[in-house]
Amino acid sequence: MDDSLTARREERMKRLLLATAIVAAALMNSSSFAATELTMWYHGAGGDAGLNPEERNGVLSVIDEFNSSQSDWVVKLESFPRAVYNDSVTAAALAGNLPDILDVDGPNMPNWAWSGYMQPLPLTDEDIANFLPGPIGKWQGKLYSIGLWDSAVAIFARKSILDEFGIRIPTLDQPWTGDEFNAALESLKASGKFEYPIDMGTAWTGEWYPYAFSPFLQSFGGDIVDRTTYKTAQNVLNGPEAIAFGEWWQNLFTSKLAPGTSQDPGDRATGFIEGKYALSWNGNWQALPAVEKFGDDLLFLPAPDFGHGSKIGAASWQFGISSTSKHPDGAAAFIKFAIQDKFLVRFSDLGGFIPARKTAAEQSVNYKPGAPLEVFFGLSEKQGFVRPVTPGYVVDARVFEKAVADIANGADVVDTLDAAADEIDADIERNNGYGF
Amino acid sequence: MASPAILLILIFLIVPFVLAFGLSFTNQRLLSPNPTEFVGMRNFEQLLGMGVLKLEPLPAPDEQVEGSDPEYPPLRNFTRNNPDYPHLNGMREWFSIPWGQDRVFVLAQDVLFIKALVNTVLFVAIVAPLQGGLALLLALMINQKLPGINIFRTIYFLPVVISIVVVSLLFRFIYDGNNGLLNTLLGYASFGAFKPVDWLGRTDTALAAIIGASIWQAVGFHMVIWLSGLQTIPVSLYEAADIDGATHLQKFRYVTWPGLRNTAVLILIVITIQAFSVFAQINLMTRGGPLDSTQTLVFQVVARGYEKQDIAGGSAISVLMFVFVLCISLAQRYLTRSKD
Repeated sequence: MDDSLTARREERMKRLLLATAIVAAALMNSSSFAATELTMWYHGAGGDAGLNPEERNGVLSVIDEFNSSQSDWVVKLESFPRAVYNDSVTAAALAGNLPDILDVDGPNMPNWAWSGYMQPLPLTDEDIANFLPGPIGKWQGKLYSIGLWDSAVAIFARKSILDEFGIRIPTLDQPWTGDEFNAALESLKASGKFEYPIDMGTAWTGEWYPYAFSPFLQSFGGDIVDRTTYKTAQNVLNGPEAIAFGEWWQNLFTSKLAPGTSQDPGDRATGFIEGKYALSWNGNWQALPAVEKFGDDLLFLPAPDFGHGSKIGAASWQFGISSTSKHPDGAAAFIKFAIQDKFLVRFSDLGGFIPARKTAAEQSVNYKPGAPLEVFFGLSEKQGFVRPVTPGYVVDARVFEKAVADIANGADVVDTLDAAADEIDADIERNNGYGF
Repeated sequence: MASPAILLILIFLIVPFVLAFGLSFTNQRLLSPNPTEFVGMRNFEQLLGMGVLKLEPLPAPDEQVEGSDPEYPPLRNFTRNNPDYPHLNGMREWFSIPWGQDRVFVLAQDVLFIKALVNTVLFVAIVAPLQGGLALLLALMINQKLPGINIFRTIYFLPVVISIVVVSLLFRFIYDGNNGLLNTLLGYASFGAFKPVDWLGRTDTALAAIIGASIWQAVGFHMVIWLSGLQTIPVSLYEAADIDGATHLQKFRYVTWPGLRNTAVLILIVITIQAFSVFAQINLMTRGGPLDSTQTLVFQVVARGYEKQDIAGGSAISVLMFVFVLCISLAQRYLTRSKD
């Protein structure tokens, strides 16, 4: 009885030792012969309805090609649902677990760089030559992140409708003036053929508000925060130009020119295609369904010029290196590999994104000269204007979002903008100027 | 035996509460390279600061129409960098009341917080009795021994099983201002006389609309608690009442209601606490709008502490909220104590 027990124990011990040896050998093998592993975090986990699935496939294909193109590094992707991606990065930073390569939304980058999550990206000016301004993530003179694509916004319109009402078709060089735009909306409204003349996309709460609507404010001559110092919002967010913007903006909703903040998300998705709205202020990522429906009748018009140029938002998701990465050289090698034209073209062809570099745009299916979405590249190039480049942007964006929503709902324009400017100033002060 | 429970309570309740309490006295940010500083009561002063200002009307212009409202000087002249009114600096109007010829303006340092507080109290004050009462009515109805009654029990309980997220999105379609289900239904019922209402887009209907959706979703849960209370009342009491010739109303008044006393106390306190923490419906249906008419405390905690990274400000609100809920629950407990 005792003997058999001891024998069994010995047997088990031997097996355990053998297993340990195998595992140890495997470990040593991988560390001595295989490439160094680089972790990469990405915001597009599967099943996210708001995300283009081709974006994820594109990222995976770049990683595969990078891994097989050289033997020093192996990039390993970890995906997070977009809604919790920023939380995950914050939590990981607090716990000291950041990956080597980070995916970051353009306007958030200064906040992460300032908080010490990211390190400068060692790319030369030559590497990013011919790039659109939006995908270049610079803060305080240093490059921290780089995007493979950009996004752009335009007024979706139908040539037949504009012709019917005798409305001039604006061009990049000669966009509508503010007055022309307002007159166009009024005559479309007077026809009674549409539920609303224009759809601003007020159903898309969140980053859409500052991304899509702050360029109007900038075209009026105001801004979210004073970009000369980044220390105050007084006189830019509540100055006379901003008040003019606020009054124009409020009139869109009080005069029933655009659906208000309670717009049904379904109407946002299909209202223009179904003919409920004559015009739609919308992004290039929503363009293909409209192209399919209206074909040559569809026009992408530049933003109206309210006096200080016609402007649209720029900068989408970008890649950067975390501050705690032990292999910044490997991470930089991957990012440099990823911004080759062939990948920019691939992303664009698969998912409809605007290629970040001009030479790539010329080879892409949707953005080459004469292609249906070509105009968006021109829009990004000419009118693309990044959101305020400050760590405080994450707060400023939420303050701005609430202010424009309140004004749309009939709040007093001057009081609302005053309160928003005060809130931004108080936040800057609480953060000791955000490093400015 | 109890140690796992104690550990969990410690991790998920005590530690976060102590942290929130501590953070509410600092200027802690969610992300920041700056060191955390102790700021004393500043966060609470910011939230609760109030002021009153009495203004005389501006001299009426000559062409002013008889009977029109008098004009008052703009408040920003007094609340923005006016050296004569340092105590009002940065305040905003909460509401104003006429005072003879003059007008009294009640100002608050943080109007948003005050509005959120008022909305939350309003929400609780409407939801607690209405949801509790409706749940009791449903429980009484499905407590009858009728064939197929289980089908009704299931139907009334169904909304509880549906996630509040789904319910909120569904109700966004139902309340849609142009062609929503509710507008269409009311239109048919009134033979087209009813003008569509943008339920979630109007300051006077948005909170009511959210209250309706919330009650619809949660009423089934409390119905089941009432039902369990109803079934603990001995049948013999009803038989005795029948022999005494009691009416239905008398049976409810003298048998059912006293038998439900403890259930009622439980339901009232549970609904109050749940209603205080209303968040998901607000976040998905209105995000506090239009014009702050649906701002609530927990929504503000998340908006500040997380979205605006002001974790100290968010903590201060949650500490105040804890104090409110504790006081109200204690008061309810005291008022509903058994008097024998």
